Amino acid sequence: MTVVKLAEESFLTDAFLSQLINVGEVDILVGVPTHNNAKTIGAVVETIRAGILTYFPRERAAIINADGGSRDGTPELVVSAGIGDAKSPSKVYALRTLHSISTQYASTPARGTALRTILAAAELLRAKACAVISPESTQITADWLTTVLRPVYKEEFDLVLPTYRRHKFDGMLLTNLLYPMARALYGLRIREPYALDFAFSCRLGSHFLAQNAWHDETAQAGSETQFTLSAIAGGYRICQSFLGTKEHVERRSADLVPAMRRTVGALFASLEPNFSLWTTKMGSQPIPTTGAEREFTLDPLRVNRRRLRDMFLTGVAELESLFQSILSPSTLAELQGISRLDEARFRYPTELWVKTVYEFAAAYHKSVISRDHIIQALAPLFRGRVFTFLVENRDGSAVTVEDNIEALCLEFERMKPYLLERWNGRE
Amino acid sequence: MWEMIISELTQAVQELARGFAHILPRIIVVVIMAFVGWVVAYLFKVFLRSILRLIKFDKLAENAGASQLLTKAALPPATDLLCRFVFWVAWLGFILLGVSVLGIFGLQEQIARFFLFLPRLFAALFTIFFGLLGATFLSRAALLAAVNANLPSPRLLSVSIRTIIIIFVLSMAFEEVGVAEQTMLVAFGIAFGATMLGLAIAFGTGGKDLARQFLEKRLGRGNSKDEGKEDELSPL
Repeated sequence: MTVVKLAEESFLTDAFLSQLINVGEVDILVGVPTHNNAKTIGAVVETIRAGILTYFPRERAAIINADGGSRDGTPELVVSAGIGDAKSPSKVYALRTLHSISTQYASTPARGTALRTILAAAELLRAKACAVISPESTQITADWLTTVLRPVYKEEFDLVLPTYRRHKFDGMLLTNLLYPMARALYGLRIREPYALDFAFSCRLGSHFLAQNAWHDETAQAGSETQFTLSAIAGGYRICQSFLGTKEHVERRSADLVPAMRRTVGALFASLEPNFSLWTTKMGSQPIPTTGAEREFTLDPLRVNRRRLRDMFLTGVAELESLFQSILSPSTLAELQGISRLDEARFRYPTELWVKTVYEFAAAYHKSVISRDHIIQALAPLFRGRVFTFLVENRDGSAVTVEDNIEALCLEFERMKPYLLERWNGRE
Repeated sequence: MWEMIISELTQAVQELARGFAHILPRIIVVVIMAFVGWVVAYLFKVFLRSILRLIKFDKLAENAGASQLLTKAALPPATDLLCRFVFWVAWLGFILLGVSVLGIFGLQEQIARFFLFLPRLFAALFTIFFGLLGATFLSRAALLAAVNANLPSPRLLSVSIRTIIIIFVLSMAFEEVGVAEQTMLVAFGIAFGATMLGLAIAFGTGGKDLARQFLEKRLGRGNSKDEGKEDELSPL
């Protein structure tokens, strides 16, 4: 009877439900969302197994692979690594069966549906601590599992977010927009609000599963960011743990617009339902952190700065009519002013950048044009900001870069009333 | 003689009076219909205005680019214009209904035609409005995509898309109302064909380098030293 009821209510496939029911209940669940990750998935899953066997040998555990229609045999690779053969480097064998299940949630990848599948499986298996690991985390070590899972499993945290060692110019969308703005609005210093490797409690998973608008396009695209923001809004216990070096399998600047949809789009969308929360927060507080909050590497990096500035200039010139709907006349005039400066004198000042972002957030709230177009229109301006960040920190040490990021964060906090003013202002 | 004249005159006056007496109630009906029609049309206008304000129709028209067109043509805002249009169509409908009571030969057929034409007129206006909305949305999407992909002449691309869609929408609207169907069909064919030919020639001559770069990139034969430089940066 229960099975029939589950099958009727759940969006999970019957075959997957049946496999989950066979597993029963688990203590630890690790979810791996995939799509054509055959190159990396084998090593990642092996390390996850090693981590579970080393640090959670007595716990009931399961690895759930939510696949978005891979055609390179990714799901087979996840399942094929024989459970009986798995043993940890420290020669510790599992005392319980380590289940490994793969399901295809759709024939095309959808990040939101993948997360939803993992959350639903975690809820069904009543997992005490769950982790999501990116299939592209090639630098993963067995220690990661205990680093992210233990605070949930033993210390009753609800969400464990990662911090990484990154190049000083890596993840500039995080350092120049997502982190400072989320910190200023929600009052918590979360370094990676958009995380692909994280852990959570079952109660947070169930809360997000029930609350999130899964059929909404923004919710689908920015589900990882919304998961973090939902934990903040719900008052759940959050901490962050240092995982080591962050590597990218592929670095592609062309992915900027989708990346903005996943992060900035989700952050802007969260402001309406959480209006009463962010308007009452002042300043920001640190959150419990294991290890370093952030480490920077300073290796030389070849960056085509001129191209970034050219794209900013093209954006300001070509999108003027759009910016007239989104930005205030003074901000637009300032942008046009800096676009006339030559390369040597070109700077996108911090205050102007914060004003720009807040005006975009207010325009998003008022839907002055299509919301997706608002996010896309921010991309060329962000390139201008990246250019300035690169120039200002070209020779900067890790401390200088961190100081500059901190200064930007404080500017976002200082100018928060401006967002409220734009938010409530008439069009 | 005089008696005959007086008799004929009396008869003519009596017939005129009879005819007038015959038509007077119908004229009164027309006047009443016109008055009732005015009241109904006015109420309809007020109701429609509240609905349009509620759904922020002016904003929608602005997004569609219709407001800019109206401003250029020195016309009132979209909500006002639509309300006035509906008011006049509704009132005219009532007046024509009243006039049909007069039983004037041939007029009833014209009135019936007018009422049959109304749905087509609304369909054409509907097509134009949503066509403009679609044209603005798609041209803006193309502009943003072109800017973010660093393509040359993004505005030209955006304006071309908008123009093609508007030509297409107008030809559909004219066809719907049945105005110069053949002329519109031929004009559309010529305009569309000329645009496509122009674009093909422009791309073939002016964009040959772009085409070569595109093909080289696709086939992986290009010297991508410069292209790869920025690829070391990841936004997340």
